[in-house]
Amino acid sequence: MNRLAEIIRRDLRLALRQGSDSVMVVTFFVLTVVLFPFGLGPEANLLERTSAGVLWVTALLASMLSLDRLFLADYEDGSLELLALTPTALELLVIGKVAAHWLTTGLPLIVAAPVLAVLLHMNADGFATLLFTMLLGTPTLSLIGAMGAALVLGARRGGVLLSLLVLPLYVPVLIFGVGAIDAAVQGLPAKAQLLLLGGMLVAALPLAPWAAAAALRQALE
Amino acid sequence: MTEGPLSSTFSADGLACVRGERVVFAHLEFRLTSGEALFLLGPNGSGKSSLLRLLAGLLKPAAGRLAWDGQPVAEDREAHAARIHYVGHHDAIKPVLSVLENLRFWARLHDPEAGDARAQAALERFGLWHLRSIPGKLLSAGQKRRLNLSRLLAAPAPVWLLDEPSVALDKASVRTLEAVIAEHRAQGGMVVLSTHADIDLPDAGTLYLDRFAPRPAEAAEAWI
Repeated sequence: MNRLAEIIRRDLRLALRQGSDSVMVVTFFVLTVVLFPFGLGPEANLLERTSAGVLWVTALLASMLSLDRLFLADYEDGSLELLALTPTALELLVIGKVAAHWLTTGLPLIVAAPVLAVLLHMNADGFATLLFTMLLGTPTLSLIGAMGAALVLGARRGGVLLSLLVLPLYVPVLIFGVGAIDAAVQGLPAKAQLLLLGGMLVAALPLAPWAAAAALRQALE
Repeated sequence: MTEGPLSSTFSADGLACVRGERVVFAHLEFRLTSGEALFLLGPNGSGKSSLLRLLAGLLKPAAGRLAWDGQPVAEDREAHAARIHYVGHHDAIKPVLSVLENLRFWARLHDPEAGDARAQAALERFGLWHLRSIPGKLLSAGQKRRLNLSRLLAAPAPVWLLDEPSVALDKASVRTLEAVIAEHRAQGGMVVLSTHADIDLPDAGTLYLDRFAPRPAEAAEAWI
């Protein structure tokens, strides 16, 4: 557990000092969402109807932006070898890295989402559900993404390959994230969708680090 | 340093390594006891680095087994990882972390109880203490290598696996490394290292890796 805290602390420190990734992800999220009113026109009804989908699809793409760096820097400078030789399960260290990734990219997205929801005229009834779906959904995105990032290590054009691998796996999160918000906006209960999102997180929490650690060991051979 | 018997053995039996489709070495064996050192010698591509990675547990042997006090190493990877320090070709130094932060991270990851006193002693030994707050990106290649070697002292481990540890080091640092290795062996540690430069270790064993390379002629004869 100490080791888990240690690696989260290191990755947060690295992210804070290098600074670029979190800023880039949030800026991409904001800029892309702002494009939609220009493209679709300022009609409030249309924006309101599409707001949940626009926010979730953009958040999905934004969270993918920083994924290819997740293990690549450690792989290139030899840190990954030493991490694999730490006297603890590699899975635990993967969880630590994913946690740090989520804190630096997922959390800023959640903070930015309500502001953008206002811009898209989202019905105020949907705000709480929007936050809740993102809180449940973005950690799942980071976990699935870590699996993809570990698999493409050492591949040429890893970034493109990564999106091809990961985007299909993101689809269930997208469907139920948007579904929950739509239900809440129409005054229907969103509990079922939220439970499904929670279930996906609970399933990804042990499975994704396990798969990612296996892929990392393969990459080091 | 560690519990259990005072003297330990680290041994390999019939070890074989395959990289790609090629057999790098086969039927390799050695036996190391506490306080001993082993030089790996051989031309480029003879498998020195592969053997060290194999001993560290980064590679799986194609055949044969590694044992610690007679117990197969593969049975408990974490216990084995706690026993070893591996210094490879890369120095694993983060450019935006300071020298002390870099070292402290690896020391605590290896042993969560590793104290700052040990980290300070390690940096002083390798002449880096006055650079402790400098970010890693400002270090020269030799200083990076010394910082990487400081890990050996910052958290204790009985087996040191060093892959060409003297690369980029100046003569004085090589002497320091020799002294550090001698102390480690005096305390019952083991060292396996590959080198092309002159590192002087009194009564160290040698392992010539080309002796374990598969001979094409033999393989051909077997067919006739």
